[in-house]
Amino acid sequence: MRSNTPRDSQLAQSGRIELSGVTKRFQTPGGTSFTALRDVTMTVEPGEFCAVVGPSGCGKSTTLTMVAGLDRASEGTVSVGGEPVSGIGRGTSFMFQTDALLPWKTVLGNVAMGPLFRGVPKKNALADARDWLRMVGLAGFEDRHPHQLSGGMRKRVSLAAALINEPKILLMDEPFGALDVQTKAIMSNELLTLWDQSKPSVIFVTHDLEEAIALADKVVVMTAGPGTVKDVFAVDLPRPRGAVQEIRFGGGSPSCTTRSGSRCATR
Amino acid sequence: MTSPAAQARTGTNGGSLAEGTGGRSAGRRPRAAGGRSRGRKLRVHAAQLAVFVVIFGGWQLFTSLKIVDPFFFGQPSGIVRTLVDWARHGTGFGSLWQQIWVTMEEAILGFLIGTAGGVLVGVLLGQVRFLSEVLSPYIKALNALPRIVLGALFVVVFGLGIESKVVLASFLVFFVVFFNAFQGVREVDGNLVNNARILGASRLQVVRNVVIPSAMTWIIASLHVAFGFAVIGAIVGEILGAQHGLGVVITNSQNNFETNGIFAGMIIITVIALVAEWLIGLLERRLLAWRPQTTTEASTL
Repeated sequence: MRSNTPRDSQLAQSGRIELSGVTKRFQTPGGTSFTALRDVTMTVEPGEFCAVVGPSGCGKSTTLTMVAGLDRASEGTVSVGGEPVSGIGRGTSFMFQTDALLPWKTVLGNVAMGPLFRGVPKKNALADARDWLRMVGLAGFEDRHPHQLSGGMRKRVSLAAALINEPKILLMDEPFGALDVQTKAIMSNELLTLWDQSKPSVIFVTHDLEEAIALADKVVVMTAGPGTVKDVFAVDLPRPRGAVQEIRFGGGSPSCTTRSGSRCATR
Repeated sequence: MTSPAAQARTGTNGGSLAEGTGGRSAGRRPRAAGGRSRGRKLRVHAAQLAVFVVIFGGWQLFTSLKIVDPFFFGQPSGIVRTLVDWARHGTGFGSLWQQIWVTMEEAILGFLIGTAGGVLVGVLLGQVRFLSEVLSPYIKALNALPRIVLGALFVVVFGLGIESKVVLASFLVFFVVFFNAFQGVREVDGNLVNNARILGASRLQVVRNVVIPSAMTWIIASLHVAFGFAVIGAIVGEILGAQHGLGVVITNSQNNFETNGIFAGMIIITVIALVAEWLIGLLERRLLAWRPQTTTEASTL
C-alpha cells in the first residue's frame, strides 16, 4: 500500500513510533468504562530497541495492539513513520506472548505465511522460509508440526515468521515469558543477532527488568492502575552486547559494576 | 444459542453415534500396548462374542420354545432366511442391491449437500455478525421444529422419487453441521486471526488459512452424527412415500406382519451406517493428521 513512498527521509523515518497523550478506555460488561492507559507519551526512534517494563495490567500489551493497528486509542495519537496508525500497517510484525503458530501447518508453512499472504510466488516464499529457518537454527525441522517442537523451538519459528516480512517495526509481547531461564537467555542472544542484521524498531514488552536492560537501548517503566509512563532510562551498554546471560549475572550492567556479585541487584 | 454448544460438545467426543458403538469397547484402553494388553484385548473380544451368543442364542431359543411369540418378535434364523431370500430372489420391489443402492444414493447425496450447505452457512454466519443476529430467531425456530414432519411436505412437493428423500436428508444434516461449523468459527483463537492479519492476510485469506482449518475439528466431529441423520432422512422419506429403497422394503414387511423382514432391513441399515462411520473415521484421521494423538481417534476405531 505504501510501496510508492519515495526513497527519501520519509523512508528513513518510517520506523519511528510515536505515542502522544494516548489514553485507552475499555467498556466493561457492566457498562462502566475502565481506563487501561492514561496520557502515555513515548517515542521509539528508527532502529531503536525499546523495552517496556511494568507490572501486569499496566497496559503494556494494549500499547502494542494500538501500535500494531489492531486497536485504536480513545484519546491522543499513535503514529508510525510520521503517519497516524489507521489499521494494520505493512511494515509491522508482532510476536505474541502465546504461540500464534497454526497447528495444522508445518513449520515451513507457518514461516512462509507472511510472504504468501503478501502475494509472493509460492516457490520464492518457501525458499525464503527455508532460509529463515536455517537462520534461527531450525534447518531440518521444516516438515514438523508445531506441537512436535519444544517451547523454545516454537519461539524460533515465531521469530522467523515475524522477521521474514522484513518489518520496520517489531512488536514483542513478552515473547520469551514462558521459557526457562537458559532457553530465554539463548533466545535473547539470538534475537539480538537477528535484530542487528536489519535493525527494525522494537518495542519489547516484559516484566523482567534484567531482560529489558540486557536487550534494550531504552527502558520505559510503566505503572499500573491506570497505566502511565513512570520513567524512561537509557541503557548505554555497548553493542554488540555478546552473551545476554553475562549481563544478567554481573557482566557489566549499569547497576552492577562488580563482577563478584552472584546476581545483579537490579530489582 | 445454547443447543449448538451442547451438541458440538458431544460431537467432539467422537459423536453420539460413535459413543453408541463404543459401548462395546468401553473397556479397551486406547494407549495400552504390549503383551499384557493383547491378553486383555482377547478377553474383551471373547466377552463380546459371549454377549452376542447370549442375546441372539437366547432370542432363537426362546422363540423356538414359543416362550416368546416369533410372529411378533421375529427369530434370528428367520431373519437370516429373509436376508438370503432377498439376496437370491430380490424383494417385492426389485433386487435387494437396487433397494440398498437407492437408499445409499439418497443418504450420500443428502449428506454431501447438507454438509456443504452447513459448512458454508456456518462459516458465513460465524464471520458476519450482522447476518447471524438477523437470522438467529429463524434458525432457532427451524431447529425447534421436529424436522421429520417436513418429510411429509417434501414428498408432496418433490414427489415419490429420490429428490424428496435427498432434500429431507440434507435438511437434517444441514442443521447438525451448521451448528458445529458456526460454533467452531466462533471459537477460533483471536490470537491466530490477529497474527495472520498482521502478517498481511486479507479477510478471505484469514478465513481460508485460519478460520476453516480451525473449525474443521468441530465440523469433522459433527459428520459422525450427520451421516446417521442422512440415513434417517432417507429411510423416513421412503417410509412416507417411495417406490424403491430399504424404507419401502421395511414398510412392506410391516404391512405383511413380517417382523423378520423389519429386522432384516434394520441389520442392512446398521451395516451401512457402520461402514460409513468407518469411512468418516478415515477421513477424520486424514484431515486432522496434524493433531497430536487424541482420544477422539481412538474412540472411532
